[in-house]
Amino acid sequence: MISIKNLSKTFNKNIHAVKDVDLEIAEGEVVVIVGPSGSGKSTVLRCINRLEIPTKGSISIDGVELTDPECDIDTIRAEVGMVFQQFNLFPHLTVKENICLAQRKVRKRSKSESNEMTMKQLLRVGIPDKADSYPRQLSGGQQQRVAIARSLAMEPKIMLFDEPTSALDPEMVKEVLDVMLELASEGMTMAVVTHEMGFAKAAGDRLVFMDEGMVVEIGPPGQVFENPAEQRTRDFFDKILY
Amino acid sequence: MSRRKRNDKRSLSDELKWWDTFPWWGIAIVAILSWMGYQIVTKDSYDLAWDRVIPGISITITATLQAFAIALALGLLAGMGQLSKNVIFRNLARTYVEFIRGIPILPLIFTVALVLLPQLQNALGFKLSFQMRATVTLAFIYGAYMAEIFRGGIQSIAIGQVEAGRSLGLSRRQTMNSIVLPQAMRAIIPPLGNDFIAILKDTSLLSVLGVLEITQRARQFSASTFKFREGYFVLAFIYLILTLGLSLLLGVLERRMTRDDRGVRSNRGID
Repeated sequence: MISIKNLSKTFNKNIHAVKDVDLEIAEGEVVVIVGPSGSGKSTVLRCINRLEIPTKGSISIDGVELTDPECDIDTIRAEVGMVFQQFNLFPHLTVKENICLAQRKVRKRSKSESNEMTMKQLLRVGIPDKADSYPRQLSGGQQQRVAIARSLAMEPKIMLFDEPTSALDPEMVKEVLDVMLELASEGMTMAVVTHEMGFAKAAGDRLVFMDEGMVVEIGPPGQVFENPAEQRTRDFFDKILY
Repeated sequence: MSRRKRNDKRSLSDELKWWDTFPWWGIAIVAILSWMGYQIVTKDSYDLAWDRVIPGISITITATLQAFAIALALGLLAGMGQLSKNVIFRNLARTYVEFIRGIPILPLIFTVALVLLPQLQNALGFKLSFQMRATVTLAFIYGAYMAEIFRGGIQSIAIGQVEAGRSLGLSRRQTMNSIVLPQAMRAIIPPLGNDFIAILKDTSLLSVLGVLEITQRARQFSASTFKFREGYFVLAFIYLILTLGLSLLLGVLERRMTRDDRGVRSNRGID
């Protein structure tokens, strides 16, 4: 479904964030990307919906080449949901308006259609009673769940999560991970950058370990955790798992 | 020792007493305005000056409103232009803004109204009335100041907002119109209000072109009667009433805009 070939991204001509990354993500697959900070995992994710423009290499989604300057990126982005570390809800709009906006403007849904979809997604993430609240009236966990609902309302083919729980207070991590676990079990194609190894083990089909812009190791989460093939992977997990 | 004694008597408290927060300045302003008004009403020589100056107020107000409206359009255009992806737009807008901001208003008024606009008129074959030319000059100057307000307001919106909009499939324009501009307005409206008052005051500079607004009328009255005190006293009184009235009005508008119910905190106090 997603095919990344020889992807490289260089910032300011000399900072090599991502070097020659190859990655295939199949339909319905949950790929978890882990690695130390600065290892390029977020950059890979952001290249998948072209928030970063690749310096080299190619990315295709459902056969459509993203690096082709002729491709209609807005149409592709509508099919690719993105959840950010900082939630990025629109503070001047209510929860309902946040979720309806793109449905109306991009999907061209009617008011009643988008309202119906909004309530359906809010129910799915467990906060239907917050429809008329403003984002700042919600807890971090609730805000992130609204952000997930906002993406889901577009009925995307794939969901990208960029450290969705890293900005949350510890007691709110679980409510967001629960939503993501359920999404994974429903067969959503997902690419998740996270430090939550529990989630990787429970929901991940494959684990990608990145370091210094390169993919070091790919494999089933259990195997990579317990019996990594590479020394660098072993060092990383030794530091973070206890 | 005596010093310590005095300190002991004071209580250490961060609670404000009513006289700490009472708007004494408002009382002072009202008192001064009342005194000025009293002079004008009761003294014949002031009354005379009033009668000569006040007819200019319609020109002052018309020029202010027109200049503000045109400057708003120019400012939005040049402000967005500076953020445009198009290299020509961006540099045109930047040139305009830097050119205007680098020259004081008075020489600019002479240059634009007496040189630039007449030449533009000849080249493009249109004709503006003299007063309109003066108004357009003021708008041209304030457009550059407002461009910086718009640019700053738009840039104050976190990049994450744009990324969230674009990643939902919204186009650049849709993201700007539905997400960035509505939030930027909060940062833009207060300084725009300041510029509105500044334009009102700077219409006085149009007197150097001979536009018959209140300052020009006060100058003419004073010069012809040698009643300088009366002429300029009345002029100051009129400007004060206008600007203070306006800033009261804008204060209400601003409070309504930054009220805490639209999801963004007001900037009043620590919270």
